[in-house]
Amino acid sequence: MKHNLILRVIVKYLFPVIALFAFYVQFHGDYGPGGGFQAGVILSVAFIFYALVFGLKTIEDVMPPEALRIFASTGILIYAGTGITTMLMGGNFLDYDLLSSIKPTDGQHLGIMLIELGVGITVSAVMLMMFYAFASKGRK
Amino acid sequence: MIDTLIDITLLVFLTTTAIAIINIRNLFVIVMLFGIFSLHSAGLFVVMDAADVAFTEAAVGAGISSVLMLATLALMKEHNEKKPAHRARIPLLVVLITGAALVYGTYDIPSFGDPDAPAQQHLKQRYIEKSMQEIGVPNTVTAVLASYRGYDTLGEVIVIFTAGIGVMLLIGGRLKHRKKQDKS
Repeated sequence: MKHNLILRVIVKYLFPVIALFAFYVQFHGDYGPGGGFQAGVILSVAFIFYALVFGLKTIEDVMPPEALRIFASTGILIYAGTGITTMLMGGNFLDYDLLSSIKPTDGQHLGIMLIELGVGITVSAVMLMMFYAFASKGRK
Repeated sequence: MIDTLIDITLLVFLTTTAIAIINIRNLFVIVMLFGIFSLHSAGLFVVMDAADVAFTEAAVGAGISSVLMLATLALMKEHNEKKPAHRARIPLLVVLITGAALVYGTYDIPSFGDPDAPAQQHLKQRYIEKSMQEIGVPNTVTAVLASYRGYDTLGEVIVIFTAGIGVMLLIGGRLKHRKKQDKS
């Protein structure tokens, strides 16, 4: 699709919009529909969309597959790390109440934001990893 | 009233797409129809007020999985499904009987949105009444998913991670290949 001018121009405009929407879904999940899972998928869709038109090589320069493996495990570490932190603070695993010393609901907000972030990072990295694996298979 | 109309329209589209998927032999067309099928189900979820589910269905079902299937299709030489040699009479019979049993089973299911349904009785009421005090998050779905059921969500993320590892082990492993090519 390298010679398709309209697609190339439109992708360039749409990429930041899709990525921004992903972050909106990520951090607005407490108030509206959405959350880490949906945001992760949308963010990876932005990259895949770009890769479909400009080729896998261009997107790999920005987001190398090696980095994706680190991101995929970082997300789970953030999630489980939040749980371990609350355990170290003397509570149960993933008991966010303890994260704030002022108000339990503040701790809940912080905890939910952290684990949603972890979910988002892992999901977007894994989705992109899968796309890379399939797309690079046909390229010799 | 308008809800019923939208429901009927979407369900007709859904059935039409499903029948088309069965009849068409060109895999490229089938992948596209699968995406349309997902989009219609996402629309149905929106009508049922399940915005979070609809969101996931639209992003994963219509977006990512279509792209992954297209990428798989690009690796294949043959893009047309072979015509079956004989008509599948017995499977058709089995499917019809199972379908009839399922439709019969729906008569025992409480109607959609019934407040007396067992699913609405126990935990759900507590979530709706207390989640604002306990969690302080307006979106109850997020409160349940991320806080009350934090364990489950952690498990789900690990499932996705494991799936990613599985794909990398089966068809990934490009890291080594590229390093070898660089040397040679």
